[in-house]
Amino acid sequence: MSVITIERKVLEKNDEVARQNRELFADHGIFVINMVSSPGAGKTSILERTLETLRDTLKIAVIEGDVQTDLDARRVAKYNVPAVQIVTRGGCHLEANLVREALGSLKLDTIELLVIENVGNLVCPSNYDLGEAVKVVVASTTEGDDKPLKYPAMFRNASVLLINKIDLLPYLPCDLATLKDNALKINPSLTVFETSCTSKQGINAWCEWLMENSRRKPAS
Amino acid sequence: MHELSIAQSIIEIVGQYVTRAEQEQVRRVNVRIGAMAGVVPDSLEFCFAAVIHHTPLQDAVLVMETVPFCVRCHACGQTTESEPGIALCPACGSADTDIVSGTELQVVSIDVDEASGGGA
Repeated sequence: MSVITIERKVLEKNDEVARQNRELFADHGIFVINMVSSPGAGKTSILERTLETLRDTLKIAVIEGDVQTDLDARRVAKYNVPAVQIVTRGGCHLEANLVREALGSLKLDTIELLVIENVGNLVCPSNYDLGEAVKVVVASTTEGDDKPLKYPAMFRNASVLLINKIDLLPYLPCDLATLKDNALKINPSLTVFETSCTSKQGINAWCEWLMENSRRKPAS
Repeated sequence: MHELSIAQSIIEIVGQYVTRAEQEQVRRVNVRIGAMAGVVPDSLEFCFAAVIHHTPLQDAVLVMETVPFCVRCHACGQTTESEPGIALCPACGSADTDIVSGTELQVVSIDVDEASGGGA
């Protein structure tokens, strides 16, 4: 029996395309966020509130990833921003090459902030780099305060945590301090925002963070 | 949930090291999987078997070396195995840590049966 040494990353192909995407974003001065969460945490609602707040000040484009339908892209298109829908047809996450294909439908020179809304799933998207500057994970209060402990990889790889649906806290057995503690146990450097898409609490602070980071040209 | 595409990526990489004919001689595909790589070993094994079925690689077995999740603490200097994902130092509780292992997802090597030909 002879051994052939390989020593290569299984996802190197995705990583390479992600690297190319990242280069392209840097060349065009685009700040890119990859939004991840479990289904129903409120990614699209947060995006809608974000577009309401920022569309007149920042040039924003959106890539929507869903298993089926273009419902989310249609929700976003109401805000008159360029939106591309990727339908994965069963695929549980977006991959870098799908994002690269979607970029073909966008005018990169006219974008300052690109929001990629990933497929609702807290497991698989954590493995696939898309070329984004930061991963933003949304955890909603209805999911319970132990979510970060159950899905550590996603919280570990994210830079920002949005704790959403905080208006519902009075009705839920979810403890906000515990949820935050659990997330920071996994990733002490997380930037945390508390948001509600109904009361709009916290949306301004989140949008200011986005503004600041979109206007600061990324180091390539 | 994405173990099928990971199995396909593994086979694609292996295919770059042996010709189609030589693939029949591959007995083991050795991979390294971190405790926090987001891969379920049983599921990957199942998907690997499904993907190689009726291909030249069908006699190969997937051998998985699992790597524990370990953090190195800047406060106390210790490197300790931790609950997957928990970044706090298990020894002193500090949050000032680096992950030193547990996120691996690599094809390490393949074992090829020379007796029946093969070789690269």
